[in-house]
This record gives sequence, C-alpha cells and structure tokens, in this order.
Amino acid sequence: MATTLADDLRPLHHPHSWVTKYVWSQDHKVIAIQYSVTAISIGLVALVLSALMRLQLGFPGMFPAIQPDNYLQFVSMHGMIMVVYLLTALLLGGFGNYLIPLMVGARDMVFPFVNMLSYWLYLLSVIVLVAGFFVPGGPTGAGWTLYPPQAISEGTPGHQWGIATMLVSLAIFVAAFTMGGLNYVTTVLQARTKGMTLMRMPLSVWGIFTASVMGLLAFPALFVAAIMMLFDHFAGTSFFMPTMQSMGKITPTEGGSPLLFQHLFWFFGHPEVYIVALPAFGIVSDLISVHARRNIFGYRMMVWAIVIIGALSFVVWAHHMYVSGMNPYFGFFFATSTLIIAIPTAIKVYNWLLTLWRGDIHLRVPMLFAIAFIFTFIHGGLSGLFLGNVSVDVPLSDTFFVVAHFHMVMGVSPVLVIFGAIYHWYPKITGRMWNDTLGKLHFWITFLGVYAIFLPMHYLGILGVPRRYYALGETAFIPQSVHLANEWISIAALIVFAAQGLFFFNMIWSLFRGPKADPNPWGAASLEWQTPQTPPAHGNWGPHLPTVYRWAYDYSVPGAPRDFIPQTEPRA
Amino acid sequence: MSLLARLTEKSWEPASDRDDVSGRPSAGAVGLSAYVAVACVMFSLLTAAYFMRRGLHSAMGHAGDDWLPMPDPPLLWINSAILVASSIAWEIARRAGERDRAVQASIAGAALGLCFLIGQWLLWRHYQAAGYFLSSNPANAFFYLLTALHGLHIVGGLVAAGWALAARDLRHIRLCALYWHFLLLIWLLLAGLLVST
Repeated sequence: MATTLADDLRPLHHPHSWVTKYVWSQDHKVIAIQYSVTAISIGLVALVLSALMRLQLGFPGMFPAIQPDNYLQFVSMHGMIMVVYLLTALLLGGFGNYLIPLMVGARDMVFPFVNMLSYWLYLLSVIVLVAGFFVPGGPTGAGWTLYPPQAISEGTPGHQWGIATMLVSLAIFVAAFTMGGLNYVTTVLQARTKGMTLMRMPLSVWGIFTASVMGLLAFPALFVAAIMMLFDHFAGTSFFMPTMQSMGKITPTEGGSPLLFQHLFWFFGHPEVYIVALPAFGIVSDLISVHARRNIFGYRMMVWAIVIIGALSFVVWAHHMYVSGMNPYFGFFFATSTLIIAIPTAIKVYNWLLTLWRGDIHLRVPMLFAIAFIFTFIHGGLSGLFLGNVSVDVPLSDTFFVVAHFHMVMGVSPVLVIFGAIYHWYPKITGRMWNDTLGKLHFWITFLGVYAIFLPMHYLGILGVPRRYYALGETAFIPQSVHLANEWISIAALIVFAAQGLFFFNMIWSLFRGPKADPNPWGAASLEWQTPQTPPAHGNWGPHLPTVYRWAYDYSVPGAPRDFIPQTEPRA
Repeated sequence: MSLLARLTEKSWEPASDRDDVSGRPSAGAVGLSAYVAVACVMFSLLTAAYFMRRGLHSAMGHAGDDWLPMPDPPLLWINSAILVASSIAWEIARRAGERDRAVQASIAGAALGLCFLIGQWLLWRHYQAAGYFLSSNPANAFFYLLTALHGLHIVGGLVAAGWALAARDLRHIRLCALYWHFLLLIWLLLAGLLVST
C-alpha cells in the first residue's frame, strides 16, 4: 500500500525493471499515458468510421463497399467508442490519472495496484470491442443506445455476436472504470498534501472528482442493463424482450419491457454526458485562468455549479425518451429538471467570460482551444434548450438537429478542451515544446471546420432529415439543398479529418525534436508545475511533499514581483 | 470541520487553511465506503427493474402479467441464518483487541461465508430440480440474477478476507467485517424482496 501523505518513500512501490516501469507499471503518470494512448488509438478508429459515414451521406451510391448494414455498424461503433472508450477513458483515465496526484500534492494514487488493474481491464474491454469487427456478422448496428428488442433481433446487423462482444466489453469497461474511479475519489479525499484544502484545489480536480463520483454511481446502470440483455440474448430470459413476431414467427419471449432498458440505459447515459463535460469544464477553467493571467471569476460558485450540475444530471435522464411511449406526465417533470440545469451551466459560462474580461489574454494554442470551447459549448447548450422542451423535441426527435446538438455540446466541446489540455500540459508530460505554427494551423482548421460540419446540420434537422439513415432517396419533403449541404458537410469533415494529421505529426515530432521546455512555461500557479523535475520523476516530489499556502489562482496579484504566485509560496 | 464549512471556505483570503491532515479516515475506509455506494446503486437499480418488470408501474404502460412467484423453500432461511452467523463472527473479529482472536474469528466468518455460497448453490439446484428454470419466468430470471450478483460480491469479500488474513492486519480485518455486514444487509433486503413477491 502506498502511503501517499507521509514524507516517507519506503512504502511506495518501486519499479525494478523496464517491464514494471513501463508495462506493468503502478505509477499514475505511466498509467495515464497508457490510458491516453489506448483511448486515442481507439478514438482514431471511430474517427475513420465517421469519415466513412460522411462519404456515404455526401456522395450516396459512389462507394459500393459501404452497404446499409455497414453504415449502421459505423454509426453504432462510432457513437459508443467516442463517448465511452475515447472521451470517458481519456478524460478520467488519462487526465484524471495524470493530474489528480500532481495537482493535490500526492506521490501517487492511493491504490496503485488497483489503478494498474484498471488500465489492463480497460485495454481488455477495448480488445473485446475491436473483436466485434471480426466476429461473424460484424459489429452491432443497433445504434449506440443498443435498444432492445431490435439489438438482439434478426434483421439488425451484428444481432448474434456483434452485440455480445459490445455488451461484454461494456461490462468489462464498467469494472475497469470502477477500479479507477475509486482511486480518483479516494485520492482526492484522502491524499491531499498539507494545506491543500478542498477549496484550494484547481477546478480541473473538482471537475474530474465530481465526474468520477458520478461515474461510480451511473455506470452500474449500464452494467446491469448489459448483463440483463446478455441474459435475454443467450439464456432466453425476457427482461426486455416483449412478445414479438420476427421473420414471420412468434418469438418464445414474452412480457419483457423495452422501456425498462431505456430507463436503465439513460440513467447511465445522461450522467455520462456530464461525466464527459465536467472534467472539460474544470480543465477549461484552468486554461482560461492561466492564459488570461487572472484568477478564475467566482471560484466558489464554479465549484458549487460543478457539484450541482453533477447532482441534477441524475434526475433528467428521461428527456432522451420523450418519444419512447412512456407516461406523458413524465415529460413535464423531466423537461423542468432539464431546464433547471441550464442555471448552473449558465453561471459557469458567465464566469468564464468574466474571467476573460480585462484579462491579460495570451492567445497561445491552449487558450485558442479554450475560447473555442466557449463558442461551441454555448451553441450546443442553446440547441439543448430547444430539445429539452417536450413539444419542440417531438418533431425534432431523431433528426439531424439532435445530431448537431449533441456533437456540438458533448462531442466537439470536450474534444476542443482535450486538445487544449494536451497542448497545455505537453511540456510538463514530455519536457518538450511543440511547434506553435503547426498548433495554430491545427486549431484554425479544426475550429472553423467543426462549424462547417455541424452548423448546417441544424438546418437539415429543422427540414426533418432523419438521422441514422443510410440514404435519403427520393422523398417529397427533402429539397435539393439538403443534398448540396450534405456534400459540403462531407467535404468539410474530410478536411478536418485530414487536419488531425497536423496534430499527431506535431506531437510525435516534438517528442524527439521539440525544444526543451521550461518547467513552468505558462507561469502557472498550480502544484503540478512546481515539481522538482520535468517530467515529474517517480514519487513526483523528491524527498519532501510540497506544502500548500494559497489557492491555485493567484495571478496578477498587485504588488507581487511576478504575475503569478505558486501555491507552494508561503504567505509573507 | 463540517462539509458545509469546507465548501464555503474563501480560499483566496490569507487566513484560510482549515484542513487537518491527521484527522482524515484511512484510504481503505474511504475506498470501501465509495464501493459500498456503487454496490448500493447497482442493487437499487435491480430492485427498481424488478418492480417495473413485475408490473407495478402500470401507469407507465407496463403490463407484466406473466409474473409467477417462486416458492420459499426452508433452505432460503437456513442460508440466511448462516450468513447472519457469518456476520456475527466477523463482528467478533472486528471488536477483538488482539490479533490472534481477530484472525480466528475472521477465519470462522469466512468459512461460514463459504458455507453460505455452497448453500446458495444448493438452493439453485433445488429450484432447478423443481422446474424453476432461468428462462421460464421473469421471477426466476430475477432470482438467479440477483443471487448471482450477490454471490459474486461474497466471492470478492472472501478474496479480500484471504488477503487480510495473509497480511494478519487488524485494520484490513475490520474493513472486511464492515463489508460483510453490508453484504448481509443487502442479502436480507434481497431475500425480503424475493419472499414478499
């Protein structure tokens, strides 16, 4: 057991060989990089899938290799990989692992062995997921929501084995996440260094901590749903399977409730949105504060807003189910609770803007991404107000408006923060600096590109273009402009897709050829920039743990010699 | 220091420093409480699903009139009694001042836990022999699912107990005992659910 709080290195695990140092490592920094590389790799698969979808939608009929079944499989796998295996794993497993111990002043996570186990189980879940591409029938094409009965009924692609690999992979992922999540929560509560009160933690830690608590409470719903559907699929139970006629035959199942699955799925699925969003909220607050050289506006309100959003997100799930046939009175309750979430969220947006107000803004690449996030998040949030209302949602449901909304609010926005965060902490993680020109080029193509992709989709949605359709064909309500818009969206998507090459080239090239980075290139006050070595060594802090004397946002303090005061600097 | 006071601290003011490092509970205790919360959510969701599938939410459009209750054989009560006895043994271990006594009591507790698992296995066999198969009715499906998940938690508890006994560490034994009480509580609630419907 690692004693993280004491100034005593003895109980800390020590790697003895290359294998225990870099492969079966218990060091949170190595595990963070393992998590990140795995998540980004599988995320690239999902990115390729989205490019294939766009090829089909923009130029229908030109790619005979993409059949309707393939298209549905691309949609399903793209969605699930991006939400769970990329965003959740990268933000919590990657950034959570790297930042929590460094930001709260611990030597490592409190349960390093469990932390290692968490990564290897996550890798296993990814391997099982990828196996879905190679089983007979291919991966599931049920949509990322995996609704039964269609997910396990004949006629849906991958209804035999693809869905099974997906459900097993999800169950393993939940186990992996639970191990990691227990670590993140316990480390924040138990292993903060001397002087690091809860309210002196950077907002990144608050976001990741709250998201971890939410993950621990929300993922069991996915676990239970996956296990029950596996029972329905392989053991012939009827938790979710109603009496049906399938391919002209009455199925042996009876009485099951597809709605029960939807409730379980969205009890996980909605908090999941905020599990992805809250770490992004936290990280972006820190990026804005550091690069605007101003303390974050309304720190306490920012913390409370994170916690309140986290709590509220557990009572809004059925706003995904307005058209599911549930009791209509539910819609009233869930629309109200959904709109209430807008209040703490708006507080956060105002506070970001007020932090920027009259700040000494340095438009470096991480800051560009942080400001871009404010744009995309406001846009995605505003279209959420439309969809949160039952009467507006019903006609917009299952159209491209929904696709545009959730991609802006929980696809593009967290991804922009992730890019910003990688640019921001790269010098600390690698000890090298990336190329600024390539970074700015990557930013502008990505930022303008995502608008070119997702803004027209709102228009398509209002026209009533349905989502998840392989081809639109000849229909009376779809004008020619839809096809034109689809072509342009696809071209923009392919350009953005290609532009990500700039990012990967920059990161990999800089790893070897980048100039040596200053230990604290941005002049940041928080603890992770004050480590004795860059990149931080095993045990993070050398012989003595740091002592914290102030909060993480002492920027541009009048009378101070520099425009920031590190958290470790004693009061005069 | 109350949670409210912690969360309202004005950390930008010079006087703020209200964190007593020495007063924190151990990492194991915090981790265990967090896991108990996770397991509580899981079993609560299953209970909610149980009621929903059983058809109590007719207002939500769930018919569910195919539910056939299962009988309550004596073995159910015998198993419950074994688990209660197991928990008592763990409580003795938790309160023991000296290590040897704690180790002996926890060995007894773990052995009784193993007996409970075997008993549950026999209960499954009993139901199978009587024709209550997994797929024949949703009541049966829920019974097997709930007992299997609870059994898995018992297995996890036994692994943790083996680890604590190997280390002969009183703190670990105490945490194991608390986890065991939690599993007993979950079992009593689950058994109550199964018997009452």
